[in-house]
Amino acid sequence: MDGLRSLGLACLMLLALGAGAGSALAYTAYVSNEKGNSISVVDTDAMKVIATIPTGQRPRGIETSKDGKLVYVAAGDDDTIQIIDAATLKVVGKLPSGEDPEQFAIDPAGGFLYVSNENDAKLTIIDLATRERVGQVAVGIEPEGVAVSPDSRIVVCTSETTSMAHFIDVEKRKVVGNLLLGARPRSAAFKADGSELWVTSEVGGGLSIVDPVARKAKQVVKFTIPGLRAEAIQPVGINLTRDGKFGFVHLGPANRVAVVDGTSHEVLKYLLVGQRVWHGAFTPDEKYLLVANGLSNDISVIDVAAQKVIKSIQVGEMPWGIAIAPAPGGEH
Amino acid sequence: MRLMVLVSVVAVGWSGVCLGDASLELKIGYLWAKPVKIRVSLLDVPADNDGLAGAQLAIDDNTTTGQFLNQSFAVVDRELGADGDPAAAVKALADQGVGVIVASLDADRLLAVADAAKARGQFVLNAAATDERLREQDCRGNVIHVAPSRTMLADALAQYLAWKKWGKWLLVVGSHDKDRLFADALRLSATRFGAKIVAEREFKDTGGARRTDSGLVDVQRQMPSLTQGAPEHDVVVAADESEVFAGYLPYRTSEPRPVAGSAGLVPVTWNAAFDQWGAIQLQNRFGAKFHRAMSALDMQAWTAVRMVGEASVRAGTADTAALLAYVKGPDFSVAAFKGQKLTLRDWNLQLRQPILLFDGRNTVSVSPQEGYLHQYSTLDTLGTDRPSTKCKLN
Repeated sequence: MDGLRSLGLACLMLLALGAGAGSALAYTAYVSNEKGNSISVVDTDAMKVIATIPTGQRPRGIETSKDGKLVYVAAGDDDTIQIIDAATLKVVGKLPSGEDPEQFAIDPAGGFLYVSNENDAKLTIIDLATRERVGQVAVGIEPEGVAVSPDSRIVVCTSETTSMAHFIDVEKRKVVGNLLLGARPRSAAFKADGSELWVTSEVGGGLSIVDPVARKAKQVVKFTIPGLRAEAIQPVGINLTRDGKFGFVHLGPANRVAVVDGTSHEVLKYLLVGQRVWHGAFTPDEKYLLVANGLSNDISVIDVAAQKVIKSIQVGEMPWGIAIAPAPGGEH
Repeated sequence: MRLMVLVSVVAVGWSGVCLGDASLELKIGYLWAKPVKIRVSLLDVPADNDGLAGAQLAIDDNTTTGQFLNQSFAVVDRELGADGDPAAAVKALADQGVGVIVASLDADRLLAVADAAKARGQFVLNAAATDERLREQDCRGNVIHVAPSRTMLADALAQYLAWKKWGKWLLVVGSHDKDRLFADALRLSATRFGAKIVAEREFKDTGGARRTDSGLVDVQRQMPSLTQGAPEHDVVVAADESEVFAGYLPYRTSEPRPVAGSAGLVPVTWNAAFDQWGAIQLQNRFGAKFHRAMSALDMQAWTAVRMVGEASVRAGTADTAALLAYVKGPDFSVAAFKGQKLTLRDWNLQLRQPILLFDGRNTVSVSPQEGYLHQYSTLDTLGTDRPSTKCKLN
């Protein structure tokens, strides 16, 4: 009996692998676990955790290098950004992030990393080739979200207590514009064509659609969910599809991801996910969006085309951020 | 769309006021009286700049924001001595160009300040007084209450005790007026949230010293006898704002029961261990500047000054009347590290806010507790709600 059952299981697994082989590339998702001091490594074909990497204290912001070979994770309480080799899953270096790094962004060209230092109201610029700090720019109080324009020339940094988005000219390394937004602006994201900048206001409860050239807000999208009090709706992370047609906005303790029309900015749908959803990432083929649920210790997998949550995967303690890259070793 | 309009107003409003004249800054008065320094625990003795430090940090925070909009802020601090004349202090602040006053004063002096300020077109943010009457029969149209009321604090505690199903309270009350006022609030909260006060005891302050050498021996005998022989109870709730005895209750009650209220589990607006919702950032900023822990009064003063900063940035004005109108208006809110925006109750100008329950080391919980619902805001499950108010704003 037992033998038969395991044979059956083996067949199922083979089938599953066969289905996975349909996609040309395998992807790996790296999930930072804020309380677990670890990264859960998720195979996005098998949709399960395949490894856990111990990190420094309080890992939050997480990105991969453009080639997917390195994973950068901000260990806030250790005042550093750790560098992890995606092939060996070992910490291989660190970046001089300045104090208490949380969110950061890498420019599309892949040369520089921009990290906000919440404690001392600064944005630190790091040259990824030399792994050295090449500059710091003074911004508002409690800088948080960082986004780089598609042409790599402007960095936007939001400051939470100042309630502004600061526009920083990369070449001059100085603030060239400031825009007052709803309370506690948290995350910023550019459309891939650079036509719009989206900024969430965690306490204000809205999503500002900003014209990044004029540096003016042209619209504030509000979220209302029947049966949920307004204070529970706290927009945090943003993921925009490459074609700019859809934005996914993570609503924190509302336990929902809002699907926003990229053109009309109407809220199309609210997807129920796990508890206190923070940040997310698309698989490179944009088939799936994975989001981290801080209080339910899992990630939700969203089928992007169907706009449906199809699965949740248990990860480490208090997952916060996700980065996804082609799996090291590449194709099946 | 509204935001865009707002931003352009900011630009116009402040450029009109500020450009070409750097001396036109928004001055915020901080009017305060020396706190009593005699406390049960040395750890609770307030710093000389208790409250003022919070106001100063908020000025820094306002200024960092203001620099991007050509705004500047300053605090004008004025201590009101024991026999100081509140009206004279208000006049002195007015003479220095202060239109907005943050006050850390008792109820009587706060009202005197408010009335003097009204005559001069100034408004007041009450950062310290928790008296119910200031929000009810003695409310004023030019006084905004940043400090929570006693009923808000008592309700925050009562909701948590109800959640714990600690429904039988032994209430121990001090003999000073403010102890009795807190006891009134606790009795009301017990009724609202279904707790039963099984017995009440009074601790008479006979005027002795709080702390004496080898006083511990005496206290160890005193507290059990104060609490012995009471009907069965789940928790000992103390009302001792004067800090005469409550600090001595934990571990010394006749029955092995937890203590709450003025000692043990205490409802507060802030504590130095609080780190949720980004609060660690504020704790770090405060520690770096003042090299001490941030108190609840510091936080209340910080919030008051930030409210003025927020109004001036959002409404794009430094004009006192316009600031007051904006703060009282429907668009006003302030972020103060409590996990949600804080707004004003329009019927009595009380700031809605979650209340922390602090055990002396850590935050045990934050009220309102889950499950206490409200048709407008769950924060209105704390304190006197609109239908019960006696306030008529003028």
